[in-house]
Amino acid sequence: MIAASAGNVVVWIVWVVAAFTCLGSAVAVVSFSNPFYSALALIGNLGSLAVLYLLLSAEFVAAAQVLVYAGAVVVMFLFVIAYVGPRRETPWSGGPGWQTIGAVAAAGALMVEIIVAIGMQASGSLSHETEVGTAFGTPAWIGRVFLVDHLLAFEITSVVLLIAAVGGVILGSHTKRATT
Amino acid sequence: MSGPDVAWYLALAAVLFGIGALGVLIRRNTLVVLLSLELMLNAGNLALIALSRHFHNGAGQIFALAVMAVAASEVCVGLGLVVALNRRNLSLDVDTLSELRG
Repeated sequence: MIAASAGNVVVWIVWVVAAFTCLGSAVAVVSFSNPFYSALALIGNLGSLAVLYLLLSAEFVAAAQVLVYAGAVVVMFLFVIAYVGPRRETPWSGGPGWQTIGAVAAAGALMVEIIVAIGMQASGSLSHETEVGTAFGTPAWIGRVFLVDHLLAFEITSVVLLIAAVGGVILGSHTKRATT
Repeated sequence: MSGPDVAWYLALAAVLFGIGALGVLIRRNTLVVLLSLELMLNAGNLALIALSRHFHNGAGQIFALAVMAVAASEVCVGLGLVVALNRRNLSLDVDTLSELRG
């Protein structure tokens, strides 16, 4: 019993650290004026989210998060930011003042709306905790669920990725302007 | 090993989504808007995985992986647009990009 409560404390500490890292780096992504630093802060955000996924016993998704996001997406962002070069932008001002105030109000209203909607709709079913087995979230389990139960989603995902890759090549290729 | 309740994860996801939405609305650099979109997608992923763990249902994790693939596609197309804009010497300010014709 004591060991179990000690494990709980450790899980809570890890959760709090990961949650604050996540929120802090998210604020950093939004508030840095240099997009290079924003992309670097996004790496911290993705890493802390991977820790949270591990706490939720989603091991394969955590690994995919690190590989796909921090490994591929952020590197692509950094390449493009280096290619585009430094652009000057005043971070929090710019435009009329009411625009900033309206944006803050809209984002806050969206957040409150999400919390209220979840609390009203799902508070009854969120109270009881279900125990999961040790196989939950492992690559073998994910692979079986993916390729047996959700095969169509898997194939559609591959088609989406192919279309996006073709679109990226077309957008990035040297084409003459249609109307000169 | 039971840590925080699923409601904590959902609240964290909601706050993260709010920060991402604020970034999309308030920033004018196209690249930072794309980065903030990533934050919003990640908030959705966190909620999906928390509920997948809570209800012991694998569909949430599968959906999260599909969201990752869609996010990679979105970054691919978005960065292609940024490169195309940069090649035509257009501004990357989303307030000035009000026309589709370059």
